[in-house]
Amino acid sequence: MSADPLSRVFSALADPTRRDIVARLTTGDATVGELAEPYDVTVQAVSKHLKVLEDAGLVSRTRDAQRRPVHLEAGVFDLMTRWIERYRRQAEERYRRLDDVLREMPDDVEPVPPDNPPETGATP
Amino acid sequence: MTARTHETEIVSDPDVPLVRITREFDAPPDKVFRAHTDPDLVVQWLGPRDLTMKVDHFDCRTGGSYRYVHVRGDEEYRFHGSFHEVRPSELIVQTFTFEGEPDGVALEKMTFEDLGDGRTRLVATSLVDSFADRDAFVASGMESGIREGYERLDELLAK
Repeated sequence: MSADPLSRVFSALADPTRRDIVARLTTGDATVGELAEPYDVTVQAVSKHLKVLEDAGLVSRTRDAQRRPVHLEAGVFDLMTRWIERYRRQAEERYRRLDDVLREMPDDVEPVPPDNPPETGATP
Repeated sequence: MTARTHETEIVSDPDVPLVRITREFDAPPDKVFRAHTDPDLVVQWLGPRDLTMKVDHFDCRTGGSYRYVHVRGDEEYRFHGSFHEVRPSELIVQTFTFEGEPDGVALEKMTFEDLGDGRTRLVATSLVDSFADRDAFVASGMESGIREGYERLDELLAK
């Protein structure tokens, strides 16, 4: 698996159970036992999922408290949203340049590319 | 022609590793299509503003292929792919590979929908084979901000 932080975040969220855990943590902290309850899996399996989420920086667990509740690190989500927004803005900039190109294009140019297949063996 | 603005919409699907971008243009489909297939026009808009796009070849028809490079000083970002299906003023299906990640490939589908009144809706979908690739793909669209983005993420994750 790719080791960079953002890839860890996204691959941690590629699993539906982990997404569900994250969704439930948005309403408040919960213990591993509480998180395991609705699933037909062992506490151990949920702990494994939490380890992946923890490694990705999406959740944290209090070290000292006895219950060790799991806490959602909301800041990571803000960052992901910003990344996607940035990608969107870049696409928007690209398409504004395309707007300019379209404005300057003449209307009466042959629009259809040749229908015959390309030459083969052109690549060295 | 009206000076309308059409904000780009983006959808990053949670269940399938795809990104879908929708944008409307004040130009008919044949023009928007031509701006995607004529390399002399493509270089004017496709690359990021601070990079120069140079086309190695760009043979936009079914069975054709393309290769181009974005250059900024000593930095070069090369891309290539095949045109799987090209239907004038309607559809382009192509593959897309960043040569820095040669095993990664996106399947890209662009549809040109005639909205009438000389307007077109472009829907561009990129599908990759893993979420990690999808996110690298989203990240690769941000050459200029990528380092800063990673640094900030590192800082956040280090807390």
